[in-house]
Amino acid sequence: MSAQDHWEVVIGLEIHAQLATRAKIFSGSATAFGAECNTQADLVDLGYPGTLPVLNREALRMAVKFGLAIGAQVAARSVFARKNYFYPDLPKGYQISQYEQPVVEHGTLDILLEDGSRKTIGITRAHLEEDAGKSLHDILPGATGIDLNRAGTPLLEIVSEPDLRSAREAVAYMKTVHSLVRYLEICDGNMQEGSFRCDANVSVRRRGEHRFGTRCEIKNVNSFRFVEKAINFEVTRQIDVLEGGGHIVQETRLYDANRDQTRPMRTKEEANDYRYFPDPDLLPVTVTPEFIAEVRATLPELPHQKAERFVKSYGLSAYDAGVLTATREFADYYEATVAALGATGDHSVAKLCANWLMGDVAAFLNRDGIEIAAAPVTAAALAGLLNRIRDETISGKIAKEVFEAMWAERASADAIIDARGLRQISDTGAIERAIDEVMAASPKQLADYRAGKDKLFGYFVGQVMKSTGGKANPAAVNALLKRKLAGP
Amino acid sequence: MTLHTLSVAELSAGLAARRYSSLELTEHFLGRIAAANPKLNAFITITAEEARAAARAADAERARGAGTALTGVPIAHKDIFCTDGIKTSCGSRMLDNFVAPYDATIVARLRAAGVVMLGKTNMDEFAMGSSNETSWYGPVRNPWDLDRVPGGSSGGSAAAVAARLAPAATGTDTGGSIRQPAALTGITGIKPTYGRVSRFGMVAFASSLDQAGVLAGSAEDCALLLRTMAGFDPRDSTSVDRPVPDYPAELGQPMRGLRIGLVKEFLGDGLDPGTAALIEAGIAVYRKLGAELVEVSCPALPLSVPTYYVVAPAECSSNLSRYDGVRFGYRCQNPRDLLDLYQRSRGEGFGAEVKRRIMTGTYVLSAGYYDAYYLKAQKVRSLINQDFERAFARADLLVCPTAPTPAFKLGDKLDDPITMYLNDIFTIGANLAGLPGLSVPCGFLGGLPVGLQLIGPHFAESRLLAAGHAYQRETDWHRRVPDAYR
Repeated sequence: MSAQDHWEVVIGLEIHAQLATRAKIFSGSATAFGAECNTQADLVDLGYPGTLPVLNREALRMAVKFGLAIGAQVAARSVFARKNYFYPDLPKGYQISQYEQPVVEHGTLDILLEDGSRKTIGITRAHLEEDAGKSLHDILPGATGIDLNRAGTPLLEIVSEPDLRSAREAVAYMKTVHSLVRYLEICDGNMQEGSFRCDANVSVRRRGEHRFGTRCEIKNVNSFRFVEKAINFEVTRQIDVLEGGGHIVQETRLYDANRDQTRPMRTKEEANDYRYFPDPDLLPVTVTPEFIAEVRATLPELPHQKAERFVKSYGLSAYDAGVLTATREFADYYEATVAALGATGDHSVAKLCANWLMGDVAAFLNRDGIEIAAAPVTAAALAGLLNRIRDETISGKIAKEVFEAMWAERASADAIIDARGLRQISDTGAIERAIDEVMAASPKQLADYRAGKDKLFGYFVGQVMKSTGGKANPAAVNALLKRKLAGP
Repeated sequence: MTLHTLSVAELSAGLAARRYSSLELTEHFLGRIAAANPKLNAFITITAEEARAAARAADAERARGAGTALTGVPIAHKDIFCTDGIKTSCGSRMLDNFVAPYDATIVARLRAAGVVMLGKTNMDEFAMGSSNETSWYGPVRNPWDLDRVPGGSSGGSAAAVAARLAPAATGTDTGGSIRQPAALTGITGIKPTYGRVSRFGMVAFASSLDQAGVLAGSAEDCALLLRTMAGFDPRDSTSVDRPVPDYPAELGQPMRGLRIGLVKEFLGDGLDPGTAALIEAGIAVYRKLGAELVEVSCPALPLSVPTYYVVAPAECSSNLSRYDGVRFGYRCQNPRDLLDLYQRSRGEGFGAEVKRRIMTGTYVLSAGYYDAYYLKAQKVRSLINQDFERAFARADLLVCPTAPTPAFKLGDKLDDPITMYLNDIFTIGANLAGLPGLSVPCGFLGGLPVGLQLIGPHFAESRLLAAGHAYQRETDWHRRVPDAYR
């Protein structure tokens, strides 16, 4: 039993999802990423004297959509507050954010664990707020630049209950939220561009203890891998401190990916007093039952609903269904492949497709670092390949080679098979000739086999496959070999 | 030339009849400003060239037979309203270098109606003050007595209109800043219902209280200008989408049967006897016109000053955070680091009264004090609202003084903020409840004007202006001009 087994890890995540509105949350400026510095900030974003915020209803609609998707309460009345602090990239000296009365409260989301079981994670709240700009410390010598393009970009801050018990659970939860916001088309989920980022509140307590330990908040972790690493580092650090007789100081810490460690940013004592109060420039936000109904009508099939349907219609395991429905695009690709095979009701075909998607397709996407939408092999093309396996034109093994070529050359399975002469040999005459040649060339092995050394059967299979360039139908080879080796 | 003795309504008619051109009118007022401003200090910026160009354009428009009732009428804007390409200082060193690249909504509306801007008027720094002594540009003097204050914060606008340097001026009223200076300078001023006039482009002091309005020679002139200024603005979430009445056309509403409520708490023993007598006389005019007098009680109303001095500083402490020396406004010389930039830019850019309110506001919003101050103040604010609601169930309008005393001497209350704040006791309630208020001149005490205040229910500007107009048909206090400025 390791030291960590005495400790229970408690994690809550605050996820910031940038809402995919065209305009900012309180101004008409565009939100597109990557524009030249300060070209997408108008007078409202710059906090000019006399300017006033006006809520972009589209951001509200997206927040409500999220609330409905997690079965949460959507507040009939929510309030924007001001969070006051000074920072050069915060133009007004305050951030407009929902504080005491958020638009979404008390939702839940199920996550799929690696053993295939589900766990329900509570979502305390989700509230709307504006993003700040960016301080650029490396473009002007001896000075800090301010880019306010991002200032005023709408964010949905999604706050979980402290229900997560390991870094892996935290990652599974984060991935589930990531998938959901993309299903809902309210966030592009682009983590490199910061559209989806997360703060993790981490504490540990002795097993059996009911009170929470003192927590540390790890700020702004922007990849699934880093979240896992940052939490694991932090858990080990906290346990080391506690087992060394020390105590945890409540503080905000930054994760340094280069060194794989967290380090203190500010302690509770140094923390700002944000002096929240309702923003008098904005009226309370009202959401009518009609508006909710209107938004509800736009909800797509949600990931867990899709996964349940996959289990039912395709006979997949819950785990496979969970993996296949992780993103809407991946699930769509899967269904398109099954449909192209014209085998929607055939569970063995559905399983074949699932294996290919979760195996070779996922591996190649991962290798190339691309999304399924950019895959060089389309669902129809993949179906073409799987058809050649089903009609025994090629073996499963050869199919992998064909798939790799299809991926590289964006060609159809048939074109690759023909060009490379990979068509499987099922002609028994040809296979028999190959077997005869192998038997003639291996008299010693043949004698040994016939003397009872059964293990040599594999040797003969290998030789026959080799002489046919791997194209011989493995089932036919097995059957014919058995008969011929047995003797005349 | 006596053009400056004419009302906006008369000037509108004169321009329409081509008795004089807008350019002549504009030159006349520019001449008066040039002569009087060195003493009064009513203007921070005089926009002579722009005014002449606008006047010529207005004349051309009139010549084409086009334009509005206000085309060619010159006015002054309080220096709190952003004006495209012209400095908007808000009376502060912090914005001494600030030129907005846009017009405030009301500036744009008046401009579109053909109004000529003569200049930007002096004011208490960021509209924080009741005497115009907190301006970075120095105090404004009261045209009735140069040793006295004109009131504030719209003191420059009030002095300009009282000295007939402009027929009318815009102002803002967060805690009496239109009505109190109007009273102290013997002119008419209206603070409309919160949400009636757009706040877009008006530099914020206390967002839930700030409201733009007019200072002019009469209720009729206020009506003419307010008709153009009022109305929904999609750029201000707190502006109300509701039709704007034709205020000038509704000035003739009868006073007979109108129920005028006398606010018990404001007409009691504490009132200065001289002021009380003038208010009594004013009320008598309404009685004579057939109005019915009822006594109403607003028990929470005396709490309005402490309530206001929690709410307004709280909002201002946040609103003024944007002045950090980073993007616009004053920036200290050679900051050592970020903290130094913040501390010295704000320390040097803001005056004492602004700092006092930022500190008060920061304190009342702080963790541990929020409930005791800010939240409690909001609760009292609700009580004041309820008081007014009850009062308006019995009365159509309320009457009380605008200010407790006539204009006081410069420097008298500068070192005593509490006494200064108490000067706003009669006006602040309307701001806390978002109600419209009108101040009309109702007589003199020791040669200094006194104002009578009428407060109406939400969106009752039309009734208020009609009541002011009826009063001014019976009296001539509003026609009095200080000798030096006749």
